[in-house]
Amino acid sequence: MDNPAINLDTVWVLFTAFLVFFMQAGFAMVETGFTRAKNSVNILMKNLIDFCVGSVLFFLIGFGLMFGKDAGGFIGTSNFVVSIIGQSDTSNFAFWIFQTVFAATAATIVSGAVSERIKFKNYLIYSVFISGLIYPIVGHWIWGGGWLADMGMIDFAGSTVVHSVGGWAGLAGAIMLGPRLGKYNRDGSSNAITGHNIPLAALGVFILWFGWYGFNPGSTLSASSPAISTIAVTTTLAASTGALAAMFFTWIRYKKPDASMTLNGALAGLVGITAGCAVVSPYSAMIIGSLCGIIVCISVELFDKKFKIDDPVGAVSVHGVCGLFGTLFVGLFAQSKYASLAGFEGVNGLFFGGGGKLLLAQFTGSISVFVWTFGTMLLLFFLIKKTIGLRVSRETELKGLDIDEHGMEAYSGFQIFLND
Amino acid sequence: MKLIIAMIQPHKLPDVKKELFDAEVYKMTITNVLGCGQQKGYEETYRGVIHEVNLLKKIRLEIAVNEDFVKPTVEAIKNGAYTGNIGDGKIFILDLPGCIRIRTGEEGEKAIG
Repeated sequence: MDNPAINLDTVWVLFTAFLVFFMQAGFAMVETGFTRAKNSVNILMKNLIDFCVGSVLFFLIGFGLMFGKDAGGFIGTSNFVVSIIGQSDTSNFAFWIFQTVFAATAATIVSGAVSERIKFKNYLIYSVFISGLIYPIVGHWIWGGGWLADMGMIDFAGSTVVHSVGGWAGLAGAIMLGPRLGKYNRDGSSNAITGHNIPLAALGVFILWFGWYGFNPGSTLSASSPAISTIAVTTTLAASTGALAAMFFTWIRYKKPDASMTLNGALAGLVGITAGCAVVSPYSAMIIGSLCGIIVCISVELFDKKFKIDDPVGAVSVHGVCGLFGTLFVGLFAQSKYASLAGFEGVNGLFFGGGGKLLLAQFTGSISVFVWTFGTMLLLFFLIKKTIGLRVSRETELKGLDIDEHGMEAYSGFQIFLND
Repeated sequence: MKLIIAMIQPHKLPDVKKELFDAEVYKMTITNVLGCGQQKGYEETYRGVIHEVNLLKKIRLEIAVNEDFVKPTVEAIKNGAYTGNIGDGKIFILDLPGCIRIRTGEEGEKAIG
């Protein structure tokens, strides 16, 4: 290994992979903070174990399905565990760990949407399917040389591949589970079930934002790419404008700047810029961030009040909906001046003279991924529901999943109010 | 006037509240308390070690009512809190010699209603 460029790239890929791994901690804190104290142990266990199940499955099967030899544009068929082991070029291992932490990010998004009511063992079953099958196939379509890559779809760091997949899987879970007890009144009006620890949720958002500096700039897979700095800029601006837009939106609409929605707004901006972080200008990043900050507020309200789908932490809105819009925005805002830095030649969106071709590819991609992910996950959760039962008993839900599912409390020695 | 004090299982509180609401009893005071009775305790496991917890979390419910509301209130609490298992709780009924509403200065039965 005397090639300094390869060595530098390997260090860059590993370093950013470790940052993305830390996003697991961010998800764990956001989801714990936004739910009730009596379910904290359960949420933390889900966040820990989906990574552990996911990394093993992705090593054995997922990586091969995603990056193996293409079959019909749909699925990879080589590079399963055996073909990685024994290779002398260890940069492949760096690529594997980078892809693994991405797969685990998609998987862990779901734990928030299904929280406070799903049986723990069902979450284990779900983890196996998303990391071993559902996610790698989407990944192959877009990143593994599959049919959407051939169409010219650009999802640079994974608004669709990672975030929408997690969001739509969460939507399927939330629909099959039904709302938490006490979420909706008899007349259909919605109750707020407030999170128990906003400081933890805020810490989680900061950790996620920090991890995103691995997620987006790291997706160049190259430390010598001139795009890594512009990506860091677009990522930062989209997150900031997302939070600002959500803050002003809630300030005007609900008369107070809502902390929990502002935190979600930062994440919405980050999810929205993920697809286009390498191909849009910093100005466009601010527009994308602001739009996503507003979209997430509207989406949370629509799912909660209109569709009556109970998503305790807003995972479907942040990751599914903003992932969808972020992917579409690439078709509008892409500029070849920036895209060429990341190796995309002659790519322009609708607003920059490129016509509708890219937008059409983005649209086809996001809709296909929605149909595939939502359809398969709905089927999986439906089968679990009909066989072993998806949801904990009413008594367990009221007592809290910590005591009944795990036999312990998160805050032993503190008096926790158990009255909702 | 009576003061009804009930000790119930925390996870039955939503049911008790609903029963009380249906019986048109809208006023109550709730405290989170620790206590033990016949149920004696339960087991928690922490790092593989079983650990006996004998003071259990309970909800203490206090409702001051006029005589004609005593029976419906007690029935509502019984219906809501009942599971048939040890630990369902107890209801105490105490005589209440006085009651004053601070805002208006009303006393007695009018102050309760």
